[in-house]
Amino acid sequence: MVAQALKIIPQQAGSAINIEAVSHRFDLEGAPLPVLDDIGFDIEPGSFVALLGPSGCGKSTLLRLIAGLDHPAQGHIRVAGAEVADPDPSRILVFQDPTLFPWRTVRANVALGLEAQGTLKSEGHRVDEAIRLVGLSGFDKAYPHQLSGGMAQRVALARALVNRPNVLLLDEPLGKLDSLTRLAMQTELTRLWQQSGLTAVLVTHDVEEALYLAQRVIVFGPRPARIVADLAVDLPYPRHRGDPRLAELRHEALGHLGLDSSW
Amino acid sequence: MASIDIAPGAGTGAHPPGPIQRVTLLASLGWFAAVAILLFWQDLTFQPLVRELALVWGAVGGVLVVLGLGGNRLGRVGRWTAQRAPWLLAIGIGAAIWTVLTAKTGILPQPFFPTPQAMLEVFIYDWPKILHSTSFSVWLLAKGFFFGAVAGFLIGVGMGWSRAVSYWATPLLRYVGPLPATAWLPLAFFIFPSSGSASVFLIAFSTAFPVAVLTWSGIASVNRDYYEIARTLGASPLFLILRVAVPAALPHVFVGLFMGLSTSFAVLVVAEMLGVEAGLGWYLQWAQGWAAYANMYAALFVMAAMCSGLITLLFRIRDRVLVWQKGVVRW
Ligand SMILES: Nc1ncnc2c1ncn2[C@@H]1O[C@H](COP(=O)(O)OP(=O)(O)OP(=O)(O)O)[C@@H](O)[C@H]1O
Ligand SMILES: [Mg+2]
Repeated sequence: MVAQALKIIPQQAGSAINIEAVSHRFDLEGAPLPVLDDIGFDIEPGSFVALLGPSGCGKSTLLRLIAGLDHPAQGHIRVAGAEVADPDPSRILVFQDPTLFPWRTVRANVALGLEAQGTLKSEGHRVDEAIRLVGLSGFDKAYPHQLSGGMAQRVALARALVNRPNVLLLDEPLGKLDSLTRLAMQTELTRLWQQSGLTAVLVTHDVEEALYLAQRVIVFGPRPARIVADLAVDLPYPRHRGDPRLAELRHEALGHLGLDSSW
Repeated sequence: MASIDIAPGAGTGAHPPGPIQRVTLLASLGWFAAVAILLFWQDLTFQPLVRELALVWGAVGGVLVVLGLGGNRLGRVGRWTAQRAPWLLAIGIGAAIWTVLTAKTGILPQPFFPTPQAMLEVFIYDWPKILHSTSFSVWLLAKGFFFGAVAGFLIGVGMGWSRAVSYWATPLLRYVGPLPATAWLPLAFFIFPSSGSASVFLIAFSTAFPVAVLTWSGIASVNRDYYEIARTLGASPLFLILRVAVPAALPHVFVGLFMGLSTSFAVLVVAEMLGVEAGLGWYLQWAQGWAAYANMYAALFVMAAMCSGLITLLFRIRDRVLVWQKGVVRW
């Protein structure tokens, strides 16, 4: 069903992302708290990259910088060659919490982007397509409190996809789901990404999730975040969770996180 | 949660789906008893309209008999009576007791506690004046409340949104807002061209303060993530105010509206008593001047109906506007 619905989504060009010598710090009770330390890497247009790292190292901060919600203290972030200055619907961040607007129905939540950009009248059909895409047809009139956690997260995904972004930034979007829904959503995510051609950047705690989904996994060290490894996951899609190569890579990634003794 | 749910009709003798509502029939007996007392117990002094009142109460009893026999087959009407039957019974008994205490025994002395007959007389002979006063009061209140609600809402949104507005408005609101609107009354009647416009101002003033404060706190407490999500989706500042901040703050705004409406009742009555030559407040004052106690009770009765009616209306509007809140919070 999902595959069928996906045919409606036209190919969209993913954008390249260049992160150049980015450092960032926060003010915590007057004392500076360095969070990102001279981070630099490039992301190919249309690729799927996962960011892995210990809690509190600055992964969410980096995504917010790419989204344009904050500005880096030092360094440059360019998307499709242009310096990121402000949030833009071509780069959409999906938060860990679905954070749907409780006073809007599912349909109105998904439509928000088009409404804000003033294209709802001409592009309204995209709303229904996006809802179908995440498998929530029939729930368009439901309010967020009537949805399960997994459904809410899918609405958040549809709310992002309806804008046909070139870059999709995912901040642990599956973190709060039960393990079964999580596995199903992982498969859906890869399909969505493959069909749409957008650039996907996924932040996750889950090493297996990162390896199963992404073409490339960037591992950060503890705060202030520095890149400690950049692993290529050279496996074709669809992937199999039991693949011995994934197990190898997992061992390697855990080693970089300092957790290999538990393996 | 289910254990604290108050089931509709709990403790009201809600019936198993049998056709006859026994409590409703009992209620009709209460009303017939009141009629019997009215007709067959000699009044202490002459009372007007005894028969007419007996007819009214008898009619209520008759309708209750029909409703009781029709019972649950009457659908919505049946459910309505089933739920309120104990109250209908209580009111019937209350009418009987009232008659005994005033007209029949004089335990409550005349004319301070009018008989039911005297009250009926007021409504029959003075209804044009009461109706006119009521509509005047409602209209005055509506104007004042509308302007006050709009002004309070705009001030609140401005304060919640703009630092500059908040900087200038907060001290003013803190200093002037808590002043009871009635304290302005002597000045307002001088400054404004008519007592009507002065009253509109006072009512607006008393409404605006709570609406402004609650709108402001509502907008200040909106989850920051809502703004960030909307911004990444391409929202302009105007969109953020109208489509994110305001809807998110609406539950607070309604609390402010309820508070504003309740205080505006007090202001309305005082303004009508002291300056405006119309309205229920003025009618009360006028009745007092003539020592027409029955008229005063009638005015109080109508005033209570008006106030509770307006509050109910506001509740209905809130339920409409905030449907999405059902299931999020306990109403
Ligand atoms: N607005 C802020 N003000 C001050 N400090 C902040 C702010 N946002 C984040 N931080 C700090 O920056 C550090 C990195 O935060 P960030 O949310 O990027 O971590 P993360 O890698 O996403 O962690 P997790 O995996 O647990 O979500 C944390 O130590 C946090 O305390
Ligand atoms: Mg995070």
